[in-house]
Amino acid sequence: MSGDVSTHAGTTASTTSAGTLASPSGTRTTGASRAKGRQGVAPGYEHLRPDRHIHRSVALTVVMIFFAIYCLLPLYWLVVNSTKDYGSLLSSSGLWFGDSFQLFANIGEVLTRKDGIFVRWFLNTIIYVVVGAGGATLLATLGGYGMAKFSFPGKKSVFAVILGAIAIPGTALAVPTFLMFSSLGLTNTMLSVIIPALVSPFGFYLMWIFAQESVPTEVLEAARVDGSSEIRTFATISVRMMAPGIVTVLLFAVVATWNNYFLPLIMLRSESLYPLPLGLQAWNLEATGVQASPIYHLVITASLLTIIPIVVAFLSLQRFWQNGLSAGSVKA
Amino acid sequence: MASSTRRVLTVTASAVALGLVLAACSGGSSDSGSGDGTAGGSDGGSSDALDAALEQGGTIEYWTWTPQAEEQAAAFMKAYPNVTVNVTNTGGAADHNLKLQNALTAGSGIPDVAQLEYQSVSQFQLPGSLTDLTEYGFADLEDLYTPSTWGAVTQNGGIWGLPQDSGPMALFYNEEVFTSLGIEVPTTWDEYITAGEAIKAANPDTCIVNDSGDAGFTTSMIWQAGGRPFAVDGENVTINLQDEGSKLWADTWNKIVQGGLNCEIPGWTDEWFAALSDGTIATLPTGAWMPGVFENSAPDGAGKWRVAPMPTYDGTPANAENGGSTEVVPKGAPNPELGAAFLRWLNSDPESISVFLNSGGGFPATVAELQSDEFLGFTSDYFGGQEINKVLVEGIDNVGTGWQYLPWQSYANSIVSETLGQSYLNRTDLNEGLVAWQDANVKYGEEQGFTVSTE
Amino acid sequence: MSSVVAERPGQVRKVRRRLTGLWFTVPFLLVFVFVFIAPLAYTIWLSLFQTKLIGGTSFVGADNFVAVFQDPKFWEGLGRVSLFLLVQVPVMLAMALVAALVIDSARLHGIRFFRIAMFLPYAVPSVAAVLMWGFMYGERFGLVGNLNGWLGTDFSVLSQQWLLVGIGNIVTWSFMGYNMLILYSSLKAISPELYEAAALDGAGQLRIVRNIKLPAVQGSIVVAVIFSIIGSFQLFNEPNIMQKLVPNLISTYYTPNMYAYNLSFTGQQVNYAAALAIIMGVVTAVIAYVVQLRGNREALK
Repeated sequence: MSGDVSTHAGTTASTTSAGTLASPSGTRTTGASRAKGRQGVAPGYEHLRPDRHIHRSVALTVVMIFFAIYCLLPLYWLVVNSTKDYGSLLSSSGLWFGDSFQLFANIGEVLTRKDGIFVRWFLNTIIYVVVGAGGATLLATLGGYGMAKFSFPGKKSVFAVILGAIAIPGTALAVPTFLMFSSLGLTNTMLSVIIPALVSPFGFYLMWIFAQESVPTEVLEAARVDGSSEIRTFATISVRMMAPGIVTVLLFAVVATWNNYFLPLIMLRSESLYPLPLGLQAWNLEATGVQASPIYHLVITASLLTIIPIVVAFLSLQRFWQNGLSAGSVKA
Repeated sequence: MASSTRRVLTVTASAVALGLVLAACSGGSSDSGSGDGTAGGSDGGSSDALDAALEQGGTIEYWTWTPQAEEQAAAFMKAYPNVTVNVTNTGGAADHNLKLQNALTAGSGIPDVAQLEYQSVSQFQLPGSLTDLTEYGFADLEDLYTPSTWGAVTQNGGIWGLPQDSGPMALFYNEEVFTSLGIEVPTTWDEYITAGEAIKAANPDTCIVNDSGDAGFTTSMIWQAGGRPFAVDGENVTINLQDEGSKLWADTWNKIVQGGLNCEIPGWTDEWFAALSDGTIATLPTGAWMPGVFENSAPDGAGKWRVAPMPTYDGTPANAENGGSTEVVPKGAPNPELGAAFLRWLNSDPESISVFLNSGGGFPATVAELQSDEFLGFTSDYFGGQEINKVLVEGIDNVGTGWQYLPWQSYANSIVSETLGQSYLNRTDLNEGLVAWQDANVKYGEEQGFTVSTE
Repeated sequence: MSSVVAERPGQVRKVRRRLTGLWFTVPFLLVFVFVFIAPLAYTIWLSLFQTKLIGGTSFVGADNFVAVFQDPKFWEGLGRVSLFLLVQVPVMLAMALVAALVIDSARLHGIRFFRIAMFLPYAVPSVAAVLMWGFMYGERFGLVGNLNGWLGTDFSVLSQQWLLVGIGNIVTWSFMGYNMLILYSSLKAISPELYEAAALDGAGQLRIVRNIKLPAVQGSIVVAVIFSIIGSFQLFNEPNIMQKLVPNLISTYYTPNMYAYNLSFTGQQVNYAAALAIIMGVVTAVIAYVVQLRGNREALK
């Protein structure tokens, strides 16, 4: 919605419409009682629900088909048009395939254009995602856990400060951030993209809630009685209980970093450091600017290639996310 | 944590101080020099320092969005093996200016040579962000360039760059449309409007021109109509978008906009290129750099398009420039002499210009190339075998002199759509839109500390 | 005496644990301070000055803030995003909630397919999203053009009346699945005991939805609203990229965030942009905070 602050924060999640399991002031059941409630739960408890309205499934499926069409239609457009060369892109209907099938030729062109700079952007993005989103998830998990399970001086003001800070439009923070990074010699380096990506206020917030909900204080007390150090308790017990939350935060952080646009635009000069969206936009400008290279079809194919890894990431994380949700409950 | 906080605060404070110092510097007089006190004086300057710099060698940073830049840099490094040129492709003018402005504000990472649109020169020159190249003997190069492009890089008593290309306007037209409707290609704007009515009448989905209030197009059209709405003399700026020429253009163009003769397809999009290919848009009055764009991006229009001189108001040929860029040496560049030496080669050496013309289809600013038989005799298949360069070069002689851009032209352009554009949107008097644009610019100029008048 | 001895280790442990909590949180806070608080402090500092192309920088105190409040462009942008917030956010969240409830009901085939189909748009970079929708909105080649052809209508999304709806649609498309996923995960966390109890009571699906599921996601919805307020007030990417398609309909101050951006990058008025950003930040934070308080009170009822 507003890529600026979100990219500033390194996560779209921080500013975009989002929800989480509860508000931090904990208006819902406490972690302990909920954890008890979850004990012995097996996945697939749906059979316990009343079955009377099973005939509704057709209607519900139809509802979901409408949702799916809405969500997939533009992506369908993307797929269809990435099979066209430049000429047929301009002359054929956007909703159906052109005369020739150029997808693989287009992919080849995308991957080899300008000495394979797209591949370079791809690798850069992988680095940004692994270090940035991975680091963001780690910091958010540690921090949220610390907020939920310990009390320390100044804790109460943390939430207000974070909310206040992310409420400031990021476009106005861009210039000061640039000047700061510049005086530290950080502009036009990979660090200038990675450091801001390390902070995901939304992820922090989500982990805070999640830790509150899923890690019973009794378990921690028991571990303390057993003489386990706090960090060890965290690494061996708490992390597993928070797994679904961690995976959710990781997924959002990965997507946000993958799509990060605004701050890299300000920070980076060298094309060789670009992440994919910046590269995409560079080609888009090239295709539509006064120089007008006829590469609009490559912009479309490149967009498609940019989305595919995210889809793969989601599919692989989804399984873990799904299992993690119930597994976490069982272990609690 | 405390020490880290302090460190952050120290950094912030120093960054603030830096920003303020820079702002203070740039606000003051522009005689702080280029960091080179020895080379050249006030007596015309000399190019010896540049030859010495080339001899000595080194590395320079070059920011540009010219597609041919890599190839030109390679040719340069072959000729001067001691010098390394790092080319950074900044994408396009908007992102480029933003990055350059950021680097200048931060005072670090400033390139040795940077591209600027002609219309942006003033905006960087006035705050003192550009190096005066007079001290390197660039005054001697004046005769190489067309007068209007040379005028675009010289102002306030200095030489701030060398022209890279030019864009004398011409009327590109789809001959198929005119032949099929049996109408003549217009030579005056009155004929143009009549032709526009005929085209609209024949097919309401087509139109003689596509325009919804583009800043660059508008200023060039006012220029062609004899208007000189902007005059800059140091801190004194005159803005009069109701001078005779501006009114003449607006009154004429009113007939097109209020008569609904124009299309409003967003420029430089796939839809626009398709409309150029399939006859939806019948004519395109624009800069001479357009043929390369046609060939690349509207391939299906091949064979249909031709070039004619710009229509006139009263039969007297008149023309204007549209677009075009220069390269400059920013203040604070680590290696200004070597940068200037590269810049001199880049935009005056025949080898460099040859690369520029042959691998990108640009339109030159240098008289020698423009007058060469090879260039003038070039026939374009896209334009049905027409010797297009003859028409385009003829247009140069008619470009009116004395045009100036505002010292904040990028900002001015950015607000065209919310002022003049509203007249297009509501199909009301364009003069009102021009006045709204003028008022917004007067306000901005005064806020920025200029003395602005409208007379 | 003995009680004092017994108390001591406990106290020490408590203190140590207090610091332990801090150690867990400090890494995040450090980076947060570096990339948020420091630039924010700098922004506040900048907002107190004025820099002119001619005349340099001077201290102006609160002048910039006063000017923002008197700036009709600021109010126009704020009004627009408020309208956007009031219409788009409820629509998006309602759709997300319906989808989450349907998927959670497990009463349809291909749950995995629908889940990923709905989440996919979130994975599309906004540059590409606007590219795609911009094409679909096209009246010559796009979907809208085709529809007009079939229906014989003359509808245009890229017109004064419908543009904001068109932008809202892109935002809804991008973030509905994302919200759906979060609501869905909170539905998934509902204790099965509640369902068992409901089954014993013979409650129908609708009653389960009303009495169990909706109360369970209320907290999530409050937070979704908060982040949607922030998102709406910072609306930027979509209108900024679409500006190219409809220049005369999207001004440089279309949204407050676009205004701040154009002020600092095109207009070189960094100080004024800083003041505007701070005001927007305060407005946003206050509204978000009120929603948070009210939301929680509702949730407690």
